[in-house]
Amino acid sequence: MSALTKTFKSMSKAKLAAVVVAIAVIAVFPLVFTNPTVTEIAIFALMFMATSSAWNGFAGSSGYFSLGHAIFFGVGAYAFTIIANDFKMAPTSALFFLMPVAGVFAMVAAVGVGAVALRTKRHTFVVITIGIFFIFQLLGFNLNVTGGASGLQVPTPSNWNAATFNNPFYYAAAILLGFTVLLYWIIKRSAFGLQLLSIRDDEERARGLGVPVWRVKLSAFVVSAFPVGMAGALFAYLIGQIYPQTVFNPLFDLSWALMTLVGGIGTIVGPLLGGVVLESIQQYLNLYLSNVDIYLIIYGVVFLAVMFWMPRGIVPTVVGAVKRRRGTPTGPTSIATSDDKQPAKPDQTAGLIVTAKGATE
Amino acid sequence: MTDLIEVKGIAKAFGGIKALNGCSFTVQKGDIHGLIGPNGSGKTTLFNVMTGYERPDAGSVNFNGKEITGQSPGKIFRMGIGRTFQLTRVFSRLSVLDNMLIAAQHQHKWFKSALRSPGQGGERQRALDLLDFVGIARLAELEAGSLSYGQRKLLELAYLLMADPDVLFLDEPAGGVNPTLINQLTERIRELNAAGKTILVVEHNMEFVMGLCDRITVMHQGVALLTDLPATVRSDPRVLDAYLGGVEEEAEGGDPDSMADATFTQADRSES
Repeated sequence: MSALTKTFKSMSKAKLAAVVVAIAVIAVFPLVFTNPTVTEIAIFALMFMATSSAWNGFAGSSGYFSLGHAIFFGVGAYAFTIIANDFKMAPTSALFFLMPVAGVFAMVAAVGVGAVALRTKRHTFVVITIGIFFIFQLLGFNLNVTGGASGLQVPTPSNWNAATFNNPFYYAAAILLGFTVLLYWIIKRSAFGLQLLSIRDDEERARGLGVPVWRVKLSAFVVSAFPVGMAGALFAYLIGQIYPQTVFNPLFDLSWALMTLVGGIGTIVGPLLGGVVLESIQQYLNLYLSNVDIYLIIYGVVFLAVMFWMPRGIVPTVVGAVKRRRGTPTGPTSIATSDDKQPAKPDQTAGLIVTAKGATE
Repeated sequence: MTDLIEVKGIAKAFGGIKALNGCSFTVQKGDIHGLIGPNGSGKTTLFNVMTGYERPDAGSVNFNGKEITGQSPGKIFRMGIGRTFQLTRVFSRLSVLDNMLIAAQHQHKWFKSALRSPGQGGERQRALDLLDFVGIARLAELEAGSLSYGQRKLLELAYLLMADPDVLFLDEPAGGVNPTLINQLTERIRELNAAGKTILVVEHNMEFVMGLCDRITVMHQGVALLTDLPATVRSDPRVLDAYLGGVEEEAEGGDPDSMADATFTQADRSES
């Protein structure tokens, strides 16, 4: 794990401080805001931050825009529920440990889905993933094991204190988020991450240079299914009842794509920012206006606004602006150019040139 | 001198058009070998077949005595043949340095790549050295998409060298490159050749080809007309026919046996 320790060391102090503060805020949040409605919104926000990160970790790095990742959410939710019911597992905190198992089921599904869908590219890939997604939803409606249209009942903890009922779910979601972010932070800085980016830029050329393109993109696809499957399991445990249309939900993929694009595709922070803002708005509207669909209109407006004013997403635009102001060359946002490797300080003239360039842009 | 690459009877048709029609020639180890011919004579198609990007309809390509016909481009690259493209293909949204590191990825086990940061084990230094060799080390941190056309050609050459191939296939390395860079490029190609690399180059710039190559193969209508020394090729009547006949046909859509054509060819021949 030398790569990991090295990358930790390479983080600037400001970044490290920001991470520590973020972890502290997430850790104490449910102790300060004890209202169950608020913590419920927070659980969904964390869950969508994690799943957007996973979506971005695949789609943002490889350039393959999957609109079928909700398959893995659904598979995770059903795997969790069916296993818990069949083995008559007691609804306790221990049941959270079934989440990774559900995640593995999602990965197995991803091997099959990826083996078919990843043979296509670009627009065809998008359409194929949507098609396969609806096959899975149809299976959910028609199989015996999924309970068909009437769905499945999930065991619910009955003896938990009502006031703090949400807290275990909240912390499970927080750990899922932490795991997902750490996973993609490592991948982004690894040679594997570079190989994915080479596929995004020119897949044929990457293949010609000996990058094992098929293995790289399939494994990235399968890995991204793991956090999404776990989120599906958590969702099932939290809600207590699952239906094909609620876990194989076509709007999930649109949400993840939108959150990622709004925040900044290909960045670690982008999907987190998009996820926390958009999912909180959606849940707030659901709970307070009891209007289930108005969020779609707001999503549309936010999307148009971001694409119009900051087409690269919020994070890259803001980072670019800050760098220009400081006079740092706005270089590539890629993995081999982590802070420690860049030339110590750009000289004054370079700064001036870049500032002048920025002003004329 | 031994035959390093042997092309035997390669044929490749796209629909009704026979791009290659039984093309055969050999490249000798340690040579800078030029491949010339009028537009549409099949040079790039031949490159594509030789590097695994196209599957030939017939014929075979041998490299170091082993048949490589129909192998995948990645496999052929790993065997030691690196190629550049007529229209450069760099990873435009990655930094110049990352472009270099991608070409080194095949040397590692893929499942270990998740735990390894790119550029370890001296790879980064090697990348910077090679960028310095082609003269663009100062651009290492820039996005490859922001480079000029000539700089991209140099980058493409540099990243191939990361894999230390035995043979380099260069598809129009001087096309669209300014004269200063062309000189630099010629010098670098000579140095690589002196270091033992065999080089096969497709080029339209005659001055560049004649000055650089040890041996030249002329292609015409999908076959290799002849392979010989630059001086011999320059004065061979068949070569002039191939080039000027092509020009005449384009200009008048006409009859190659016409009186005008004959005179034209004759005049040009005496000139050289």
